[in-house]
Amino acid sequence: MAESPFVSPPLLALRGITKRFPGCLANDHVDLTVGRQEIHALLGENGAGKSTLVKMIYGVMKPDAGTMTWDGKAVTIASPAEARALGVGMVFQHFSLFEALTVAENIALGLNNPADRVGLYDKIAGISAKYGLTLDPQKAVHDLSVGERQRIEIVRCLLQNPKLLIMDEPTSVLTPQEVFKLFETLRRLAAEGCSILYISHKLEEIRALCEQATIMRLGRVVAHCRPAEKTARELAELMIAANLKPQSFSRERDSAAKPRLVLDRLTIRSNQQFGTDLKDISFAVAQGEILGIAGIAGNGQSELMDALSGEIPAGSPKNILLDGVPIGHEGPAARRRRGACFLPEERNGHGAVGGMTLAENGFLSANVREVLNRWGLIDRGRSRNFAAGVIKRFDVRTTGPQAEARSLSGGNLQKFLIGREVVQQPSVLMLSQPTWGVDAGAAAAIYEALTALAEAGTAIVIISQDLDEIMLLCSRIAVIAAGRVSPPMPVAEATIEKIGLLMGGAVAVQEAEIVPA
Amino acid sequence: MFRLEPRGERSTFWVYGSPVLAVALTVVTMGLVFAVMGAAPLPAIETFLVSPLLSVSGLASLAVRAAPLIMIGVGLAFCYRANVWNIGGDGQFTVGALAGGGLALLFPNEAFWWFYPVVLAAGVAGGVFWAGIVAFLKIRFNANEILTSLMLVYIAQLVLVWLVTGPWRDPQGFGFPQSAMFSAGATTPDFFGTTMHLGCILAPLIALGVWQIMDRTVLGFQLRVVGQAPRAARYAGFSNARLTWIALAVSGGLAGLAGIIEVTGPIGQLTTGITPGYGFTAVIVAFLGRLHPVGVIFAGLLLALSYLGGDAAQISLGLPNAITGIFQGVLLFYLLGVDVLILYRLKRVRGVLLVAEPAE
Repeated sequence: MAESPFVSPPLLALRGITKRFPGCLANDHVDLTVGRQEIHALLGENGAGKSTLVKMIYGVMKPDAGTMTWDGKAVTIASPAEARALGVGMVFQHFSLFEALTVAENIALGLNNPADRVGLYDKIAGISAKYGLTLDPQKAVHDLSVGERQRIEIVRCLLQNPKLLIMDEPTSVLTPQEVFKLFETLRRLAAEGCSILYISHKLEEIRALCEQATIMRLGRVVAHCRPAEKTARELAELMIAANLKPQSFSRERDSAAKPRLVLDRLTIRSNQQFGTDLKDISFAVAQGEILGIAGIAGNGQSELMDALSGEIPAGSPKNILLDGVPIGHEGPAARRRRGACFLPEERNGHGAVGGMTLAENGFLSANVREVLNRWGLIDRGRSRNFAAGVIKRFDVRTTGPQAEARSLSGGNLQKFLIGREVVQQPSVLMLSQPTWGVDAGAAAAIYEALTALAEAGTAIVIISQDLDEIMLLCSRIAVIAAGRVSPPMPVAEATIEKIGLLMGGAVAVQEAEIVPA
Repeated sequence: MFRLEPRGERSTFWVYGSPVLAVALTVVTMGLVFAVMGAAPLPAIETFLVSPLLSVSGLASLAVRAAPLIMIGVGLAFCYRANVWNIGGDGQFTVGALAGGGLALLFPNEAFWWFYPVVLAAGVAGGVFWAGIVAFLKIRFNANEILTSLMLVYIAQLVLVWLVTGPWRDPQGFGFPQSAMFSAGATTPDFFGTTMHLGCILAPLIALGVWQIMDRTVLGFQLRVVGQAPRAARYAGFSNARLTWIALAVSGGLAGLAGIIEVTGPIGQLTTGITPGYGFTAVIVAFLGRLHPVGVIFAGLLLALSYLGGDAAQISLGLPNAITGIFQGVLLFYLLGVDVLILYRLKRVRGVLLVAEPAE
């Protein structure tokens, strides 16, 4: 489009940016315009394509198609160094700092031009004072809090005088007080003329901070809006905007079926820093039922999965009942023996060991129920046959049971891992993000296997951020927000409004009482 | 200029190639060290690395030196596979020698056939006990096992010095800091008319046994999973505390066994100098052997050669015995350095060295 010569062009304009990875379209014709002095939100669920998009702006990846205009001129950004030369700075979600070095030394290491190091202490002090980023340049990093470490990264960017600062989920590791201070800094920066691209899925923050928002879902931009003019609920609806299809898999819930898995007032402290504690979670899943637990990332999903698998034991045995037997105190192996199977969200290093073969990865979780050992020795023949059976039944594309897990594509490995749990014929199956990063064909195969398993009488719990998936598979849906799980409701009664309300956070949890369960 | 570029996968070639390259670089560096010290490099290397191998007695000495290194090294490899970093093999060796040696001093007139196995068992128990302290502190208080196992080495050494200069000193020993000689009932048998003793036979058998345990048993599998992916081990339901106990007990027990065989064999009594740092050298042995028991056998032989070479260099070239320590240090340095080639390849680039970008 032609820009008027009298109006200064926007700082950054992306048009039709497309990026394809094997098996998925990460960015599909994305448009994004960041104005001068603007704090612009990039909003979307995990996997919506936000990170891919900013990596292309920062020169870490190259787009397959589309154009970028910077300051009115078309540009291609081939490397982070070029991005920085243009005036783009980025603060990553995970910091790259040397713990043993001081603040100033860490900043000096990030400067490409040795001349910039002259008078570094004064420059750091100057920036610290100007933007309220309290930092002692002589302190060693290992003594600093996470918030202070983030300030180092911000100061490092600001030393390059950026015109655009990209912040990737900056508040996910901060305390509320630190968030407040960060926002003050960002507002001051914007007022001084540095635009900010703020990536997050926290709705209230975006409403409080950002003037403009671009909302992404499944690699596409679904809306441009002014966040202050929308409620958190409306933003959540845009973000999840599930296309409520007629349900092809899920069936009516048989209300007479006996409950197989019961959670009774489960309360657990997270075992991770900045994790979410689980509060007072109660629900029951009946024989043959698939319960979906929706929610925005980081609201306690991984803790709930750890509690269900037994990696974090519950406070009391009676918090979790499996076929009427209290199992809250038992570990994963004991729960498997009683008929439970589970698969966490993270494949590499949690659900599977990348450097081990598929046969060994089969042994990892199936030894308890399938008895793949004899006299304490690994029964290699049985292990191989078990893995080969899974590979055949789930059409896993691989060279065979001796292939290392990491040699498989994400979708194929996921098919193998789901298959590994499904063929064990569990009485209760608990999965997190079963089709994360999996292509449509593999996802369909996984859905079919899960539905068949439910028909055979297994109670299934699926923790997922993909509402379409829940709508497709589940008979009931609950929402996890801030470590609490809403009372499950039949999928047929679930509307985008109700779900959005529940996802909205702590306020919504209180309002959930009003919503008929 | 060169730049390191990620390969994206482990290079199988360099997994096995890097120890070979490290040994080659060490030999070259040692040549330079010899030259600096005023010895002609090639003959010095020949004296250091080849001459000890040219006689039967030399080969027997090599086996005698290698036995404790292999035994401790195999235990450490087992332990390190589980991500438990026991570096206190020397302490466990010493306490093993004290436990078995003390028993031998207490009962000087027992029959070999039943008493010697008891002495060996006491040595193993001593090593297990000393490593057990490390396991207890790690599991109960989350204390770093690198620090605790290292500190316990010095405690063990001081206990040894106190015993052989005090309560256990030989009354007929002219005041030397050493115990009485052990009785025939508590002496390691020799073989083939050489100095080769029971330990030289046991060490490779133990290595093969531990290899089979690591490779074929459920226990070995659990250890490997804990080492490679701790979260996957938790997901599978393996008890981390139990595996930590086992890893430390096995490595401590093997170090204790090496200790008791050493004092009841080549040394024949307790003295203040029962170990020339076998427990620390075994750390190098374990890494040089790729944490694989069979690799440890070869690595143990090479490091044993460095002890003999040090002696030879001292005798025929007049070089200080510290050459052994330099050789071992240089070897570990190259070994850890060259390992970068497993995950990275060296690429030639023109111009200045680029600063690595922060990765997400």
